[in-house]
Amino acid sequence: MKDYAHIGRSVLRREGRAKLTGAALFTDDLKIEGLLYGATVRSREPRGRIKGIHFEEGFPWEEFIIVTARDIPGKNVVAHLQQDQPCLADGVINHAEEAIVLLAHPDPLRVQDARARVRVDVEPLPTVLSIEESLACDPVIWGQDNVFKTILITKGDPDGARVKGHFQLEATYRTGAQEQLYIEPNAMIGEATAEGVLVRGSMQCPYYVHHALHEMFHLPLEKIRVVQVETGGGFGGKEDYPSMLACHVALLSWKAGGRPVKIAYDREEDMACTTKRHPSRTRIRSAFGADGTLLALDVELILDGGAYMTLSPVVLSRAAIHASGPYRCSNLRVHAQALATNTPPHGAFRGFGAPQSLFAIERHMDEAAQHLGLDPAELRRRNLLHTGDAMATGQIMRDEVDLVALMDRALTEIRYAEKRASYPTLNAGDDPVKRGVGFSVFMHGGGFTGSAESTLNSVVALEGTAGGRVRVLAASTEMGQGANTVFTQVAAEALQAPVDLIEVVPPDTALVPNSGPTVASRTTQVVGKLVLDAGLAMRKTLLEAGLLADGDVAAAIRTYVARHGALRTESRYQKPDFVEWDDATYRGDAYATYAWACYAADLRVDLVTYETQVADFVAVQEVGRVLNPTLAAGQIEGGVAQGIGWGLNEEVIWRQGSMANHQMSNYLMATAADLPRIRVFFEERPYAYGPGGAKGLGELPMDGPASALLNGVQHALGLVPRQVPLTPEVLMDLVEGA
Amino acid sequence: MRGQPSLCDVLTPQSLQEALSLRVAHPEARPLAGGTDLMVPFAAGRLPDRLFLNLWGLEELRGITVSDGEVTCGALTLFREIAVHPLMQREFPNLVRSAKVTGALAIQSRGSLGGNIANGSPAADTPPSLLVYGSELQLTSLRGSRWVPYADFHTGYKRSLLAPDELITLIRLARLGDGGFHYFRKVGTRQAQAISKVSLAAWARTGNGQIQELRIALGSVAPMPIRARGAEKALLGRSVTNPPLDAALEALQADISPIDDLRSSAQFRRKVAGNLLADMLRGLVSA
Repeated sequence: MKDYAHIGRSVLRREGRAKLTGAALFTDDLKIEGLLYGATVRSREPRGRIKGIHFEEGFPWEEFIIVTARDIPGKNVVAHLQQDQPCLADGVINHAEEAIVLLAHPDPLRVQDARARVRVDVEPLPTVLSIEESLACDPVIWGQDNVFKTILITKGDPDGARVKGHFQLEATYRTGAQEQLYIEPNAMIGEATAEGVLVRGSMQCPYYVHHALHEMFHLPLEKIRVVQVETGGGFGGKEDYPSMLACHVALLSWKAGGRPVKIAYDREEDMACTTKRHPSRTRIRSAFGADGTLLALDVELILDGGAYMTLSPVVLSRAAIHASGPYRCSNLRVHAQALATNTPPHGAFRGFGAPQSLFAIERHMDEAAQHLGLDPAELRRRNLLHTGDAMATGQIMRDEVDLVALMDRALTEIRYAEKRASYPTLNAGDDPVKRGVGFSVFMHGGGFTGSAESTLNSVVALEGTAGGRVRVLAASTEMGQGANTVFTQVAAEALQAPVDLIEVVPPDTALVPNSGPTVASRTTQVVGKLVLDAGLAMRKTLLEAGLLADGDVAAAIRTYVARHGALRTESRYQKPDFVEWDDATYRGDAYATYAWACYAADLRVDLVTYETQVADFVAVQEVGRVLNPTLAAGQIEGGVAQGIGWGLNEEVIWRQGSMANHQMSNYLMATAADLPRIRVFFEERPYAYGPGGAKGLGELPMDGPASALLNGVQHALGLVPRQVPLTPEVLMDLVEGA
Repeated sequence: MRGQPSLCDVLTPQSLQEALSLRVAHPEARPLAGGTDLMVPFAAGRLPDRLFLNLWGLEELRGITVSDGEVTCGALTLFREIAVHPLMQREFPNLVRSAKVTGALAIQSRGSLGGNIANGSPAADTPPSLLVYGSELQLTSLRGSRWVPYADFHTGYKRSLLAPDELITLIRLARLGDGGFHYFRKVGTRQAQAISKVSLAAWARTGNGQIQELRIALGSVAPMPIRARGAEKALLGRSVTNPPLDAALEALQADISPIDDLRSSAQFRRKVAGNLLADMLRGLVSA
């Protein structure tokens, strides 16, 4: 591999010192003159008609700013893919925790007190609270049939091939909702008058927020300004919801004559009302040849989208494309639907649909192996994709990745063969603690699906300053994942400059071009490439001006800016030549490239408590060139921790369409005590179209742990778990029912 | 935060005597020790109390005192003090273990044994251990002090023998000497910072191959922390190596009355309580 000055080195996190010392200011830390504190009155009912809004008599309401749907100057929508979600419920309620009234007051405690003094009278309507009820259309709550989106991927003759198979298997897998649990709950500050709207806050996608404010206010684009403040984690949870919160604070400020208004959710409100991972149900019907060859796959995948469309069609798309896993299969059907239910809308969460469908296929492979009398590794060995094979959408696998070797490396690290053989003997004894080893093989497409990167048309700019520094201008946000640092490394590499010369400008729509949303594992792979190209363009400019003779980039920039007044280069997204995609037929190159992985877990199931503990975890992945080993390993470890949580303990308990356990004391995310040492290994095969050869990796680690764990439980107990989270309660039913 | 500090008042006595007087003058004032149980619902706006009696500064209620026959803990003894106390570690390991799994380190350094008892949560971590060690509580008012067995203290869900003018002042544990068997296990699903779904503590002494003394107590399976007297009876005097497990499990099911809640199900609690009992007996054999 090429040796670089900055790429491939663990450059320290750029904002790390400020975060460690507390100098970094988050939205709720900002001191603002004349600030009003906002609060939201929400529905309790999952569905109904609003009959009246009552403000308690004798309470000094004149001290408060009060906003209802009637106060909205433009359209009452939070604009996403479709304009079906109101900013404030008007007349009807479609989910619990839906915002109805906004309040603001100079005293943050007074506004909390007031919130309890608003009563909304609601006439309940029949509800749809599960995938099954939504499918039954009893009642219809969205569109004609409760269906936000249907996707069909077909190849060959799945029905014919299935009948001819030596062995057929049908099973249904379920996954639950999951809360992102970023450290910083959603928070936003708005200042809005007809002269202009300024919203600052915690977010992943400043231009999504910009678009939503534009639609709701009907103001010219240039009058709307969105600034990302230091953001304490997102994981997808700050992809679409900040648009809602931005509209709320801006509306309150609008009504208050432009006074700044802040809403900072507490943890309970954030957990109860913001987006979560889509619950899913996946039925797989498969057929295998006598030798274990996968002959046919018929997948019926359903996502629970919640009450409004938001991002569900896009989540569904990624789920559908990943549904057949990393396997060769000539006869395939994936029928995928996102359905409406009367729960708060489900949204983006690291993995974005892929964890759900990959969970199903990776569990299915282990079940099939058991029936076929093959070791799960052997079954995969016979079916894994090879370079040049056709994937589900007909995409030819171009990545030069040896998946069998990748799998074998993980299996060697976890000592799979030895444990696979010895554990059954150990488990036959009296010890109630049973041992198991399991693994999964999977991939994650980098960047937006299909032609969407071309539609986004992202732009990044680099600016030289009079002082000889370089500013990276992009809308991509730092939220803890390391974007600042990676952009710095890439820009420094392109310019052959020291990293300290580079400054990544905090995203502000008045300053930065639209480099697209900070999602879809695209920031390094796609936007990082734009940073690189803009950097190379700047270096070329300096070279052509004859200013780099002695290699002093800072001096060259100073001279250039002194001579020409400014130095700015831009780079716009260009799709790799080979990428062809047809959105109508779902054929073609779904993603320009994929990251590939095999994760293996060694675990203990305690039959006294039905608790599952992971003793050892190995994560082997191919992610192109690793730009920053420390940050990359951190991403993998964090994603595995979230994956273990989703797989074992993180259960959203729904009561009447509302998250009943919206507290960290009863929604059990894994602590350090619950996690094993996570051993991370990278295979590096530089990707020609990524900066320095990098691919996206942020979401990948979420896709594999759950199935690896449940495959290990199958090994430990000989039982067939098909749902996550596999809580002790669920496992008890499985064990006792056996 | 949804609690309203401006609507609340805190009375801070300088001595136990003053605290007891305030208890009489302001029976509505909620005693506040470490605050670890009260601050959570307060912040969430779910604590109805408006007046608090702050006991935190009362030195009379602090400290662990060891004598020949007993150990006495002031009501304000912190979980952390119990966890690191060498004699407690040696002679009352269940209490030490339960203190170590109460909340996080920060909670253990602020939460008190007396507060844990007074709050009366059936899911509290230390009560089953206090029950199996046969502890007694000193309840004090201006009328005087009285000692009650801890086993009698809780009378129902968040109800107790504590009179409106009384405070818990001391917790007394009789020293059990060597040779006993101690068992404590908390099932919280998460390995740290969890509220228990079921917990079981036991203390036993064996001789001549028989279970000669046995106390079993559980948390989170009844409206209050309870002794499993039926299960104890089924096992007392019986063989250590071949105890009547089925009879004990059946008796245990009659001892407990768990419910479904956000943390778990009644069915799970029943099943796991039984599993814990069996696990304890396995441990007793190999002890």
